[in-house]
Amino acid sequence: MFRVTQEPLNLQALVDYVTDPEAGAIVTFIGTTRNHNEGRRVISLDYEAYPEMAEKELKRLGEEAKRRWKIQRMAIVHRVGRVEITEPSVVIAVAAAHRDDAFQACRFAIEEIKKSVPIWKKEVYEGGEIWIGTQSGQPFNLSK
Amino acid sequence: MKVKVKFFAILRERAGAGEIMKEIGEGSTVIELWDALTRDYPKLAPARMHLLYAVNQNYVAPDHVLHDQDEVVFVPPVSGG
Repeated sequence: MFRVTQEPLNLQALVDYVTDPEAGAIVTFIGTTRNHNEGRRVISLDYEAYPEMAEKELKRLGEEAKRRWKIQRMAIVHRVGRVEITEPSVVIAVAAAHRDDAFQACRFAIEEIKKSVPIWKKEVYEGGEIWIGTQSGQPFNLSK
Repeated sequence: MKVKVKFFAILRERAGAGEIMKEIGEGSTVIELWDALTRDYPKLAPARMHLLYAVNQNYVAPDHVLHDQDEVVFVPPVSGG
């Protein structure tokens, strides 16, 4: 399950999805929206995606994780639209026979999401708003 | 030929549009399209150095040659998670 959705995220739905009789571990990650960033008091976050490509990239990184680690099932759902403080913006669940593979694949997934999946976060804070990632002069890096 | 260009996030705001069709010459590359777009939408120009390029939902290099009806997206630095 690799999806982008406007709906609030449900951890249990992902856990149910990856549950597998061959698995001895399910590792989950929940990214939540926090109320501060670089000294700014954040009121809410607005996520926008290029949905068709975002889902394709999520699927691709799921396949990459399967090549690198011995995992049974993986699910990633990223929310878009307005996400209030404390609410989940992304949920990942990975089932594997052994916990080490599940932990590593889960960590890989969240790090890759932040590099290559076309989803953008706008921070709304007291006195303004900023598209995160575009305010500094990051060099671009085409890694494939 | 014509290509479809979709703008997202900061580029959507700067262009003031989410999706446009753009007439370009045969054999144009992604970066040539970008240069043409910055003439139509001057506010886009300062963003160039930060971009990745996607054609039909796959990342490509700036010198990728476009075809009629391609869907092109200029990808500002991503910030999901």
